[in-house]
Amino acid sequence: MITKRIIPCLDVKDGRVVKGVNFLNLKNVASPVELAEAYSQGGADELVFYDITASAEGRALFTDILAETARRVFIPLTVGGGINTVNDFERVLSCGADKVSVNSGAIRDPGLIERAAKLYGSQCVVLSADIKRVDGAYRVFAKGFREDTGLEAISWLRRGVDMGAGEIVVNSIDTDGVKKGFDLELLREVTQAVNVPVIASGGAGSIQDFIELFKTLPGVDAGLAASIFHYSEVSIMDLKKEMALRGIPVRL
Amino acid sequence: MIAIVDYGVGNLFSLECSFQAIGQRAVVTNDPEVIRAADRLVLPGVGAFGDAAEKLKKTGLGETVKREAAGGKPLLGICLGMQLLFENSFEFGFHAGLGLLKGSVKPISEVIPAFLKIPQIGWNALSILRPSPLFRFIRNGDYVYFVHSYHAAGCEDSLLATCDYGAPLTAAVQKANVFGCQFHPEKSGSVGLSILRAFCGEEEAC
Repeated sequence: MITKRIIPCLDVKDGRVVKGVNFLNLKNVASPVELAEAYSQGGADELVFYDITASAEGRALFTDILAETARRVFIPLTVGGGINTVNDFERVLSCGADKVSVNSGAIRDPGLIERAAKLYGSQCVVLSADIKRVDGAYRVFAKGFREDTGLEAISWLRRGVDMGAGEIVVNSIDTDGVKKGFDLELLREVTQAVNVPVIASGGAGSIQDFIELFKTLPGVDAGLAASIFHYSEVSIMDLKKEMALRGIPVRL
Repeated sequence: MIAIVDYGVGNLFSLECSFQAIGQRAVVTNDPEVIRAADRLVLPGVGAFGDAAEKLKKTGLGETVKREAAGGKPLLGICLGMQLLFENSFEFGFHAGLGLLKGSVKPISEVIPAFLKIPQIGWNALSILRPSPLFRFIRNGDYVYFVHSYHAAGCEDSLLATCDYGAPLTAAVQKANVFGCQFHPEKSGSVGLSILRAFCGEEEAC
């Protein structure tokens, strides 16, 4: 049976993990490569590298890091951040990324999804959206939660899938950082609207939050989180063991 | 030396890295001489069957691979590369494959329940149906990473393993020196590396 995936996400700036992390026995590790290796050995099903670099030098550093990770880590690797053109896809795919996540770049130029899917296949194109409730409606935000694009979230995601996105990452701004659980209400609407894998992001604070996510919404395929894994508040292995105990299919 | 056949589809960086990680020299090549000189061949591939089959034909690399496999050289097809080993495919029309294995490539939608998502993306367990040198370092039920919308059908004489996605889907095949994995061993963690090591004829698992 296909398993539910647990995906840690690393924010990378100028070749280092942002803020550093306290992961297992690795204190204040800032090397994305070392962290990726540790997560892979610790049971992560996939990794997301999010490039928040602004400079060209930082970008070059990022692709070096990516290539080094691909030499040492053999689980699927998704890259996001700063993906605005097909050339950006090429840049990260040639350094070992398996999937590429688009967000603001696709909002500015929705045709990017279609062009990338044609060139690299839908399985390679992940549409990620930061979503927030505004006056009772779900809206897509851009520029790191700062800008309301006015796009209605569910129809935007549906459009993205129609254009060739092979996976969806739903990041709820309303639950992000609160650590009181995923945004089940929003995720339910998304899973009913699209027929591609849906990755839930934003709000995980405990093992129980993941159990609730997968038990309540069988249509969600994966859970993504960052800080709770980085600071060892939740160990991926403990999480997956508990999922297995609760009857959720998981790779152990 | 292992030759990863580069006929112009997909990115081969990770695959090359995975062989390096198990201490094997692998070269990504489109040179028939290098392919002839190699001890083992890997036929990779992502994307559409028709396009890939056309490229194999146009470059002449399909014929090279067939000739080497007929001569007994171990060949491993991965994902679309595995599907290309079969006689034909029904993906967007009808296309001829290399015909090294008996069977057709068909949409998984024909066999799985309608509520399941297509493509199958993620980790699924292998049901190993018979012993094979390819699986000598792994166990029945080990997890590997899949991304696919099509699978091989009518391939009973080479079927090695299936995975359960609402229905049994073809996960791995073997006939003599011709091997195929629908999943990505280069993305399947230590289990995947153990499979590659077995293909390389290594004595120990990783």
